Amino acid sequence: MGHDHDHDHDGEGTAYSSLSPMDARVRALETLLTERGLVDRAALDAVVERYEKEVGPHNGAQVVAKAWAEPDYRRWLLEDADAAIASLGHVGRQGEHMVAVENTPERHNMVVCTLCSCYPWPVLGLPPVWYKSPAYRSKAVIDPRGVLADFGVTLPQDMQIKVWDSTAEVRYLVVPMRPEGTEGLSQEQLTALVTRDSMIGTGLARAPHEVSA
Amino acid sequence: MTSAAQTLAGIAASCGDGLPLPPAAAGRPGAGAGDEVFAEPWQAQVFAMTVVLHERGLFTWPEWAQALSRRVRDGADDGSDYYRCWAAALEDVLADRGVASAGDVEGATRQWHDAAARTPHGQPIEL
Repeated sequence: MGHDHDHDHDGEGTAYSSLSPMDARVRALETLLTERGLVDRAALDAVVERYEKEVGPHNGAQVVAKAWAEPDYRRWLLEDADAAIASLGHVGRQGEHMVAVENTPERHNMVVCTLCSCYPWPVLGLPPVWYKSPAYRSKAVIDPRGVLADFGVTLPQDMQIKVWDSTAEVRYLVVPMRPEGTEGLSQEQLTALVTRDSMIGTGLARAPHEVSA
Repeated sequence: MTSAAQTLAGIAASCGDGLPLPPAAAGRPGAGAGDEVFAEPWQAQVFAMTVVLHERGLFTWPEWAQALSRRVRDGADDGSDYYRCWAAALEDVLADRGVASAGDVEGATRQWHDAAARTPHGQPIEL
C-alpha cells in the first residue's frame, strides 16, 4: 500500500475501487474541507449551478440576439461594445476592452489569442480547452479555413476570413450572421440559436430546425 | 455573495498573460456548443471548492493563479489534464495554508476507496 505514496500525489494512483483515482481524491478533499468547516455541500452545489447555468455563452447569446432584433442596439454594439454589453448587466474586468466584430456575407470573423488565451469570460462563460491549445492558436492564424474545416464549417471560397488576435487589453466577440428563416422568432428564441463557437467564429449560428424544442 | 460573472472577472483579472486558464470544457476542435463545461463531476466539485475557499478568504486569485500556473506549466500541452493540475494546485495551497497535509489527503482518499469497495453496486458511496 505504501509503495505508491510518492507518485500518487498527482492523482494518478491505482484505482483499487470503483471510484476513479481523481474522483476519490476530490471526494477526499471535500471531506477534509467539510470537516474543517470550510465548505459545505450546499455551497458547492450553488457554485456549480451558477457556473453552468448563469454564466456561459448565455450572456453573449443574449447580446447577439438583441443585436439581430434591434438595429439600434446592433449599431451601439459595433460602435461601443463595452457600453452596449454593460447595459445588459454583463460587466467585464476593468481595463478589458470588448470589441464586437460582425460577420457579413463578405467576411467571416474568427477570434484567437496567440499569446495566451484571453477570453471574454463574462459574456462567453468558461472557454473550451481547444481555445488555448497550441494547435488552434497557431493554425487559426496560418490556415483559418483549415481550422473551420476541422469544426465542420465550410465557407464560400470568395468569403474573406478575418482572424482577430486577442490581447490582454482587447477581447473580441463575433456577431454571427442571423440564420435564414428566423424573421418571426422572439429574442428569446433567437438566443437559443447563438452558440459559443459562433461567437468565437469557429462555428455558425444554428438554424431554427437544429434546435430541438 | 458575488455573482458568477464578477467571480470570473476576478479570476481573469488575476491571470493576465500568465494564464492559469479558467476551467474549460473537455472540448476538442469540432466539439459542439453543447460541450459540458465540466467533463466529469469531480472537475466541477474541485472547481467549486476552490471558488468557495476563495470566497472564505483562504487565498486571493493572484495567489491561486500562481499555484495553478506552477502545476499547469508541468502539465500537458493540450490542456487535457487541466483539472488534474487544478486539483494538485488546490492540494498545494491547502498544504501551504496548513489546512490539510499531503498525508491527510492520502488518508482520506484511501478511506473513500475503502468505502467504495464495501458499497454494493448501485448504492451511494458514503464514508
